[in-house]
Amino acid sequence: MAGQSDPHISLFSPQEIEFMAEDELVEIVPNIRMDPLNFISGDFGPFSPQLPAKVPLWLAVALKKRGKCMIRPPQWMSIENLTHVLEGEREDQGAFQAVPFHYIEISRLLFDHARDDIPDIYMVRSLIEDIRDVRLHKVETNLEKFSATSAVKISHLSAMEVNVVRPFVVRSLQAFYKHDNPVVMADLDSASDRQPQVRQPQVPRNAQRQPLKRR
Amino acid sequence: MAEDFGEGSTAGMDEYETLMATTDVELLKTALRNEKAAPEILQFQAQLVKRAREQIQLMEETVEEFEQSGMDPLTVSLYQMDLDRAQFLLRSYLRVRLQKLEKYMFYIWKNDSLRNRLSEPEKIFVKRCIDDMEKHLEETVLSKLPDNYQSARRQSIISEEDDMVPEPQLDTFVACKSSNRFVSLTLVDSERPLEMERHDVSFVLYKVIKDKIGVDVDLV
Repeated sequence: MAGQSDPHISLFSPQEIEFMAEDELVEIVPNIRMDPLNFISGDFGPFSPQLPAKVPLWLAVALKKRGKCMIRPPQWMSIENLTHVLEGEREDQGAFQAVPFHYIEISRLLFDHARDDIPDIYMVRSLIEDIRDVRLHKVETNLEKFSATSAVKISHLSAMEVNVVRPFVVRSLQAFYKHDNPVVMADLDSASDRQPQVRQPQVPRNAQRQPLKRR
Repeated sequence: MAEDFGEGSTAGMDEYETLMATTDVELLKTALRNEKAAPEILQFQAQLVKRAREQIQLMEETVEEFEQSGMDPLTVSLYQMDLDRAQFLLRSYLRVRLQKLEKYMFYIWKNDSLRNRLSEPEKIFVKRCIDDMEKHLEETVLSKLPDNYQSARRQSIISEEDDMVPEPQLDTFVACKSSNRFVSLTLVDSERPLEMERHDVSFVLYKVIKDKIGVDVDLV
């Protein structure tokens, strides 16, 4: 994948994106009794054994690590759903299926910390990996259809996917933009940070380039 | 179920719920993402930072009290984790800004509207950075150059503008999401507005949406 080769190019590190995802709510079934937690990030609980409660993922993982709860995998992580999504991804090459914005991070955290709470974990895991692969491949092929524009909309692109394709998408869009707007060329040529060394060449009005052929 | 992915899905409802009960932690996270993804320095979120600071301080005191009162160590450790996460967000936010300030100090300082986006401590920081940088350049290089080439900001005295000042690249594209259920953005070069629902991600020319950041769209 274009942007994956150099991790330093990515705007956010995978760890940062995971951190952002850890505030997503999941359902846990505690095995302890605990008073409500009045956190800066919100109020959670009270907790009683066997009574399901909604908590942020980081809290669920923390409790799980200490053996204080089981985590209920979210609805969308059922084999039925995932199979359906995978089929959809494969059938419709033009669009993405609706998946949670943080589906990669959430599933990854649950695989790492709550494997015994996920029924058929191997199946679930391989389905999610397949979905991920199909989607990434789809982004790549769709990028070939790029044309000069000031905006590209991609529905249902997830957080991790945005971060992975960003370097490539931004560079290509910049290149198109540059060819459409010769005046800014001098600026863009000096990579991302402009450190002007020479004065911009004055482009005569009649030298306006034809925009690239649009689709 | 298939419909769990469609409109009014579980994910959609969760998003909606978090939207209804937006905590300062969530706002701070958004501010951090916006700041990190935007090429130039954004308006300092003074009120938000103030509130976050107060909550963090209060929580620090609470955790200390908990520890002294012999509260269940598990609960204390969970409060500590929540505190750590909030602190991490606040620090990251301030740090991302410092990095930008260091990189573009001359550029930010000479532009009134950019300078006004800084907090007071940030202004002091930039001023000191500039003084130190000028002093450093002066001592190591500039003083040894011919008279015509002694400016830290210009190549030579014939330069008509500050041509040695690093500037952020504003002709760039950023990824954004609608911060509301739906947003319609007018783009410069197209007759059709860009319409986004909550699940859409768009790569847009920064200049086009910069005034909408934090209002209609958030960067991701």
